Amino acid sequence: MSGPTTTVPTGTDTGGPNRPSSTGPRENKLSVLLATGGLVVAALYFLIPIWWLVVASSKSQATLVTTGGLWFASPFQLFSNVSDLFAFRDSLYLRWLANSVGYALLGAGFGTLFAVMAGYALAKYFFRGREVVFNLILGGVLVPATALALPLFLMFSQVGLVNTYWAVFLPSLVSPFGVYLARIYAAASVPEPLLEAARLDGASEFRAFFVIALRLMKPALVTIFLFQFVVIWNNFFLPLVMLSDQRLFPITLGLYTWNSSINQAPELRLFVIVGSLVSILPLLIAFLGLQRFWQSGLSAGGVK
Amino acid sequence: MTTPATALASEIAPVVTRKRDPIKHKGAIIGFLAPFVVLFILFYAIPVLYALYQSFFKTQRQGTFGAATTVFGGFEQYQRVFSSSEFWTSIGRVLVLFIVQVPIMLGLALVFALLLDSTVVKGKKFFRLAIFAPYAVPGVIAAIMWGFLYVPSLSPFSITQDVDFLGSGLVLWAIANVITWVFCGYNMLIIFSALQAIPLEIYEAARTDGAGQFRIAWSIKIPIVLPAIILTFVFSIIGTLQLFNEPQVFRTITSSVSSTYTPNMVVYSTSIVPNYNLSAAYSVVLALSTFVLSFIFLKVTQKRAFA
Repeated sequence: MSGPTTTVPTGTDTGGPNRPSSTGPRENKLSVLLATGGLVVAALYFLIPIWWLVVASSKSQATLVTTGGLWFASPFQLFSNVSDLFAFRDSLYLRWLANSVGYALLGAGFGTLFAVMAGYALAKYFFRGREVVFNLILGGVLVPATALALPLFLMFSQVGLVNTYWAVFLPSLVSPFGVYLARIYAAASVPEPLLEAARLDGASEFRAFFVIALRLMKPALVTIFLFQFVVIWNNFFLPLVMLSDQRLFPITLGLYTWNSSINQAPELRLFVIVGSLVSILPLLIAFLGLQRFWQSGLSAGGVK
Repeated sequence: MTTPATALASEIAPVVTRKRDPIKHKGAIIGFLAPFVVLFILFYAIPVLYALYQSFFKTQRQGTFGAATTVFGGFEQYQRVFSSSEFWTSIGRVLVLFIVQVPIMLGLALVFALLLDSTVVKGKKFFRLAIFAPYAVPGVIAAIMWGFLYVPSLSPFSITQDVDFLGSGLVLWAIANVITWVFCGYNMLIIFSALQAIPLEIYEAARTDGAGQFRIAWSIKIPIVLPAIILTFVFSIIGTLQLFNEPQVFRTITSSVSSTYTPNMVVYSTSIVPNYNLSAAYSVVLALSTFVLSFIFLKVTQKRAFA
């Protein structure tokens, strides 16, 4: 298997003169219309809320309520809203943003490395108890994150880690699903002869992994990294349980607390809206920029 | 122990002789596995065992104002769990949500995936990204945003003037909509990736037999991607039973969501009482229910798939 990327089936191969008529333009107009119409409705459903967020972020406190939600109003103040948000309460929002980026980048970075190393070992080496280890890790996928957070809180409070960066960072390093994906991908994309050749050349196992295997597993690395990044970026329950110091909050928890106090402080509403928009941009950009990688990585997980 | 690795090695270089260790590359195996396994034990295995341990204890007080002491309570916490109407109401609520929302979401995801894999429509890349985009929005943020869209003061949709989406009658479905909005595209992508991995030759025979797109989708594509669909179902079982973020956000904007609306909210509100022992028992029961439901689902679908 040369890798899980497959060619995209296109409709352009419809016209050979020798081919049976069933492969010709077999779609009647009605089904094309229905399918396209359905997808347009779907795209509207999925995009309108994000569009609304962009539009609302560009308004003032006043025009937010007095003008229609789906189009811009003057004054257009998206950029001044963003800079107001960044300056508000000693740049608390920027701090949350930096925290989220830190938790997610470092957590997903190290988490991916550890998951890929483990998945690689489970795919490429044979030892007694291998399947037991793998199944135990896979069982971890089923454990509710909330069932972990409370005992972790009690454990961390005994060693004084509650309400520190570590309390949120350390548990997020573990990605059982990443191990699962890495194992499948390592088995499919790292050829045994290549590793043997490296061994014959005198490369250590670690060198073979870091120089050869990691490069071949790049799509899996990107996929695991991105999805782990999303999990940590979206993390809410663990920080909610662990953190009381606002300056340690990730963006989800921060915006949640602001959103909860809109009734007492109405000026927060615009900040919550603009802050929501800013918070989804990094992920949108990451997904768009890296889609070539994670889409092929995903199909590896689907094939099994 | 002969392995494919050693077989291949002897093919390539038959001259090389090796000392036959019981386990080859022991150091490497340990080195590769250790970081993950240590973290897994510390932050997965031990917390699970600790919660289990906690759930068998209880706090006792000497009189109303006496000092609290923790003593062994046997299954006392579990008796409380099983007689807690709040907890079972919340389980019932997420099950209703699951039965309605998950088939709709996954049905849509499957239809979108099939359409985007078919030859019928143009602009597939745009549609794929449009449907997937909400996955980049964290659940908490999505709930905050839809919270604004549901209330008449900010919503661009005039229907909110007449219908109270956050009233006790509809709020569950308002939450269902947020979940569908966020996760439909993710599930679509899992199914779509599986569809893309089907070799094209498989369709050729069907086409020469005169099968149309619908027939190909129904008789060839769906059966082949069934494992991917089952995977999305299992993820959805886990996700729905553990629902927390969205209702917790809605709780701050409407009184229709109680502090015990979902099982995880019961766990959380019990823990901030604080009653860690009872809370631990709740989470053990919830984790076991998740496990059992996922397992039953896998067993049933496996029988179907291989029957």
